Amino acid sequence: MNLLAPIKDHHSERRLFIGRAILASVVSIILLGLVIARLVQLQVFDHELFAKKSQGNRVRIEAVPPIRGLVFDRKGRVIAENLPAYQLELIPEQVEDLDDTLSRLAAINLINTDDIPRFKALSQSGQQFKPITLKFRLTDEEIAHFAIQRPRFAGVDFQPRLVRHYPHGPLFAHAAGYVGALNTNDVQRLDPARYAGTSHTGKTGVENSFEDKLHGDAGFRHLITNARGRQVPANTSELLESLPTDERPAPGANLHLTLDMDVQRVAFNALEGRRGAVVALDPTTGEILALVSTPSFDPNLFAVGMSTSQYGELRDSPDRPLFNRAVLGTYPPGSTIKPMLSLAALETGATNLTRKTVCIGYFQLQGDEHRYRDWKPEGHGSVDLHDAIAQSCDVYFYEISGDLGIDNMHEYLTRFGLGRQTGIDVLGERPGLVPSREWKRNNFRDRDNKRWYHGETVIASIGQGFMLATPLQLASAAGTLAMRGARYRPHLVAAIEDPLSGQRELIEPEWLGDVAITNEFYWDNVLEAMHDVMQGPRGTARAVGFGAPYQMAGKSGTAQVISIAQDEEYDEDELEERLRDHALFISFAPFEDPRIAVAVIVENGSSGSGVAAPIAKAVMDQYLGYGDDATQ
Amino acid sequence: MRLSETQRMLAHKTAPLRSFSGLVRRLNIDGPLLGGLLLICAFGLFVLYSAAGENSRLLINQAVRLGIALVAMLVVAQLPPDFLRRWTPWAYVGGLVLLILVLTKGDVGQGARRWLDIGVRFQPSEAMKLAVPMMTAWFLHDRQIPPKLGHLVVIAVLIAIPTVLIAKQPDLGTSLLIAASGIIVIILAGMSFKLIFGLGALCVPGALVLWNFMQDYQKQRVLTLFNPDTDPLGAGYNIIQSKIAIGSGGLFGKGWTNGSQAHLEFLPERHTDFIFAVLGEEFGLFGVLMLLALYMFVIGRGLYIAVEAHDTFSRLLAGSISLTFLVYVFVNTAMVTGLIPVVGVPLPLVSFGGTSMVTLMAGFGILMSIHSHRKLLPH
Repeated sequence: MNLLAPIKDHHSERRLFIGRAILASVVSIILLGLVIARLVQLQVFDHELFAKKSQGNRVRIEAVPPIRGLVFDRKGRVIAENLPAYQLELIPEQVEDLDDTLSRLAAINLINTDDIPRFKALSQSGQQFKPITLKFRLTDEEIAHFAIQRPRFAGVDFQPRLVRHYPHGPLFAHAAGYVGALNTNDVQRLDPARYAGTSHTGKTGVENSFEDKLHGDAGFRHLITNARGRQVPANTSELLESLPTDERPAPGANLHLTLDMDVQRVAFNALEGRRGAVVALDPTTGEILALVSTPSFDPNLFAVGMSTSQYGELRDSPDRPLFNRAVLGTYPPGSTIKPMLSLAALETGATNLTRKTVCIGYFQLQGDEHRYRDWKPEGHGSVDLHDAIAQSCDVYFYEISGDLGIDNMHEYLTRFGLGRQTGIDVLGERPGLVPSREWKRNNFRDRDNKRWYHGETVIASIGQGFMLATPLQLASAAGTLAMRGARYRPHLVAAIEDPLSGQRELIEPEWLGDVAITNEFYWDNVLEAMHDVMQGPRGTARAVGFGAPYQMAGKSGTAQVISIAQDEEYDEDELEERLRDHALFISFAPFEDPRIAVAVIVENGSSGSGVAAPIAKAVMDQYLGYGDDATQ
Repeated sequence: MRLSETQRMLAHKTAPLRSFSGLVRRLNIDGPLLGGLLLICAFGLFVLYSAAGENSRLLINQAVRLGIALVAMLVVAQLPPDFLRRWTPWAYVGGLVLLILVLTKGDVGQGARRWLDIGVRFQPSEAMKLAVPMMTAWFLHDRQIPPKLGHLVVIAVLIAIPTVLIAKQPDLGTSLLIAASGIIVIILAGMSFKLIFGLGALCVPGALVLWNFMQDYQKQRVLTLFNPDTDPLGAGYNIIQSKIAIGSGGLFGKGWTNGSQAHLEFLPERHTDFIFAVLGEEFGLFGVLMLLALYMFVIGRGLYIAVEAHDTFSRLLAGSISLTFLVYVFVNTAMVTGLIPVVGVPLPLVSFGGTSMVTLMAGFGILMSIHSHRKLLPH
């Protein structure tokens, strides 16, 4: 020990300590005095009030969940509603042996054995007096069966509740989304006061992104219960007078979507049996008319609840029915970007309207043996820009790609909204990818891979390589083409309606700016070429546009799933179905006064003009009033 | 010194067992303290039987835990304070290691990582409830009293490390109690009032800054804590029900096992954190005052032992153990009666669930050891 340290003075230290100990005693007495004063207040002065509150009949506060807002299509037809149903509930604190109760419920087939661990976790995590739901929709038989056995299951009972119902099943599963039972994550995330008594929350689509509007606010009421916890009529008791008044729940807002059920159905039926997506929108406002992803699933399964194995089947299916291809699926856009690149090339001077190229079926970079193939092995002969779009000549774009350059491609495609989120009003949208030198530099480790190669510019000019886009982005880009550069934010919700007053808050179209192309003449030419794709003498999709009662414009695309080796013959029949090219198509109509823009992707559909274009046409027919009524 | 201690122990060993009080003295037990504690425990078991819905299985469970805790108390009472002091730094460092282990590989229960499984499952934060005041008292034992500013900074670090580690589990309630047990030591050691009030005053702007950084929903939660009536279904439910239970008890209560709030299951957590409300409902103001009087007696006896202690370490440690016990009693009773926001602190020795019971009793074991191992020093 340090000898210079002052010697401890035990006497003064003890005196100091005694002083502090006395002080501590005084503080202790004051603190306990406070508690005692409070007890006197509660037990002597306010005793009568509290005695009244707890006398004979007891008051129970029960949450009254709000009614979830309805979802309508643009013509007021119901997409999501609420139906009354009986559900099986368990109140954890009233159950004596949880394991035993759950296994006996499983034994009479009211719940599934797989789900027992989940119910155990749920009933142990929440407040013990709050019911948890074991089964959301009981059949009449199940109700009758359980009613007889109810005395054997203390703490388990059935209750009438409103259950979310989607009358059109899989039709709107991806666009409107679905609600599902609250999981432990939701419980922690959501405001417990607002969600008291609520069992479900929106999981995907607008059900999720507009959860805040749709849900409403919980109310509560005071129930008078007898000693066994059963409710007795409230009006017989004077007790209620001393209680705060009940609060009615505030119902959730109704949503009016921009979707048109007829158009949606036509798109859905046209994709039947295929993996793919259709997005149709009104280019003048960004209102989405149809948003379909197939295969789909029945969203009612989530609202009512399904067994773990049923869910596993949906989740693990190789066709991925739960995956919303329209918004989350990213595909190489293929030749559908050619009109946009043409405008970029004209604007930057990389090409002009008279420049011609002789297409001999392939293209080679100087000093390189590699052949960049055209889709047409024998070539298109002499083509200008108009022909290159109408006939989808790849070689023309290979040729101008060097002059245009990858960074210009990146600049203009980004202006059209590719490679970034469109801002649609559902959550989780993918941004896709438009590559650039900078992107490559930032996203690769290897020095060789960080460099941008000329060959990569060549294949980028036909929308292959690194480039990726969602069907939603392509539809939005098609709309921008139709509007000669004006962009509108795609959206699904047209209006939010207060269910009590009927007042509607309209969602105004949001102008996102223009794709600046200085010369209107460039627009005229490129759009005319897209018109000729469908209705010109040599257009790739002329078979689809032929004889239509209105004028339309479009562009086909195919996206390679595997790369074909040099000189290898491409034999479609021998290719396994899942390795075939994706078929894409973008289009808009009527040509002079566009009212609808559509993007279609059919996975492994092989041919954009042959498979995807007819689907786009059917969708436009329906919306423009030339639909075949038999398909409705 | 050690020799004389050994001689004294030998003398005890050889002395004939003449009477009960002789036995009590030989076991280093403090009679009044043990009496007070046993009365609280007995009263507690009585209330628990009713609170748990006359469930005797639960009652036996609690009695067994009490037994274990009493044995722990007896064992600790045999360890002389010098011995405890020598081992204090090791206990503190060991406790820190266990806390870090918990954070890295502990078991998760109810969303927090508090349990460690090394043969037996236990919460290292419990051990820290004793190790922190011991460490603070150990540090001050050889140093000048009242402590200098530099020493206070060292102590602040010694307290802060375990506090932060436990808060990360997360177990905010326990970490605050542990911080309090250390702070009590320095206040008892004579930290100047200027400093105490100065630091206290600093908390006000600190809280305001924190408030500004909080999200709206977090602010809402804090507001609900202070005004439960705005949220009768969520956080406010417990406190509304417990006020009804206590208030309806009146002067003499509704009688044992007749509390309707408790027995009709309106009162949540009635056999754990809110057992004080059951007591208030069934035994009235009379019963509640009786329990508080017993607590006061135990705390008073503890402070007496602290004042009588013969060295700095023993004095500060005994004072801190007694006053921390008071903090437990106050926080629980004040929360159940709605004086302060609801934080999860059980009523000591009465609430069901004895993870903290062993620590509490071990603490009282230290008090007994301090009292019976007093050295004869000139006053």
